Amino acid sequence: MAGDGTVKLIDEKGIRLDGRKADELRPVSIKIGVIKNANGSAEIRMGKNIIIAAVYGPRELHPKHRALADRALIQCFYRMSTFSVNDRKSPAPSRREKEISMVISNSLSSVVLTEKYPRTTIDVYLQVLQADGGTRTASLTAASVALADAGIPMKGLIASVAAGLINDQVVLDLFDIEDQKGSGDLPLGYCPVLDEISLLQLDGVFTVKQFEDSLNIAIKGAKDLYEIQRDALKQKYTDIRAEVEVPEKPKAEEPKVEPKVVPKPVLKVEKPKTEEPKPSEDDKREVE
Amino acid sequence: MSKVIAKNHAIVIPGDLLAEGPINFGEGIVKRNGEYYSSVVGLFQDKGDFIQVKALRGKYIPRPGDLVIGKVTEVSLTSWIVDIGSPYTAILSANNATEKRFDPIKDDARKIFDLGDIILTKIASFDRTRDPMLITNERGLGKLRGGRLIEIEASHIPRVIGKKGTMINMIKRLTRTQIITGQNGRIWVNGKKIEDELKAIQAITKIELEAHTQGLTDRIREMISEDQQ
Repeated sequence: MAGDGTVKLIDEKGIRLDGRKADELRPVSIKIGVIKNANGSAEIRMGKNIIIAAVYGPRELHPKHRALADRALIQCFYRMSTFSVNDRKSPAPSRREKEISMVISNSLSSVVLTEKYPRTTIDVYLQVLQADGGTRTASLTAASVALADAGIPMKGLIASVAAGLINDQVVLDLFDIEDQKGSGDLPLGYCPVLDEISLLQLDGVFTVKQFEDSLNIAIKGAKDLYEIQRDALKQKYTDIRAEVEVPEKPKAEEPKVEPKVVPKPVLKVEKPKTEEPKPSEDDKREVE
Repeated sequence: MSKVIAKNHAIVIPGDLLAEGPINFGEGIVKRNGEYYSSVVGLFQDKGDFIQVKALRGKYIPRPGDLVIGKVTEVSLTSWIVDIGSPYTAILSANNATEKRFDPIKDDARKIFDLGDIILTKIASFDRTRDPMLITNERGLGKLRGGRLIEIEASHIPRVIGKKGTMINMIKRLTRTQIITGQNGRIWVNGKKIEDELKAIQAITKIELEAHTQGLTDRIREMISEDQQ
């Protein structure tokens, strides 16, 4: 995969072909709940990448003999659409797709509390709609968000991003051209909560110094990505809250503030008492 | 010394630090090195000496004693296989189906429950190593005829029922419908008029959507009353 390093991918000022600095992520947006039929889903757009992750399960596993007696099996199905790349991709599952499916499922198994659902399977479908380098890391990022959206208990989310070498310089989040013409690439899956690495691959030749720099830059990128994942998961619920609760907040706060202002403790007890029966009386009237 | 870090009623995600030090904890929490972390996307609840995270989504996990609504997916000579919307398919044995003794030579299992029947049933036993067993030979259990069936997130069923049944009783009263809630997230609604049924369903879907907000009972009452005027 790695090129010979003769193509100039970064200029003297440290600006890359797509205008980014060396340690800059591509613009990322994550949306949850995009597949209504799935138990949980997420869509990630990272630069030109578009990937949809859908989680089904925990559900019954067929064939049953593959089930694990003490925990759930996590099955990943990473697929690239035929139209996701310039030259039509054959729809048959390739060796590369099987490998990526396996590394993602292994990586997710390290954070999901699989022992809560013995004898079941958790299926994670990852469909790449548009590919522009770094799809395995983006898929892993989306998959962990989709798992959380499905309500599956986990120790923490995995944020995943690659670092790499272009013209002997360490950069973050390679895109397609850098991936092909650059001289090395290091995809990393990192769980910021546990401070654990759950996926680490390497392609190309790195010096020890370059490797350490790549790892550090990728961990830093993953931490930034984690904040985007967190916002994506909370957004849906905080939006609904803001929509329905704001007009009622002044009402709810007023009675709470009043008893605090009144210094006598007797009144504190009386006030809620007089307030509470009122709605219940209304209720009774409605019944009658 | 225990210290609760997260705010009460906050939306938390897996891996959020909730509390430190010794404290009683319930569902949705994992303990690591004396610290308590959330394991699901949910609503954090701090009840003084007890903390828990109520998940906002997730599959139904059977618990013995739960009332659930199931669909018969397979009929055999002396048992039924019932889909209860959980990762494990449930088994209803003929001995637990009716109060009379079941004789496989004389009796026909299909005459009791046929394929596709919707049944109200109770979980008799479940321990994760074996599939759940059901019973329908208690009062009120059995086939559900007519009505409409809707499915919501199982974790929102307590919210639909409300404290001591306040929410569900209000919906029943205002929409003049019969409602049966299964702990597995399936709700059966039956009313004399279609409009009543639809209104009840509309109210329940609104509860599901806004389950993590405060003052929901009042909003639902307003919504149903508005429609009636």
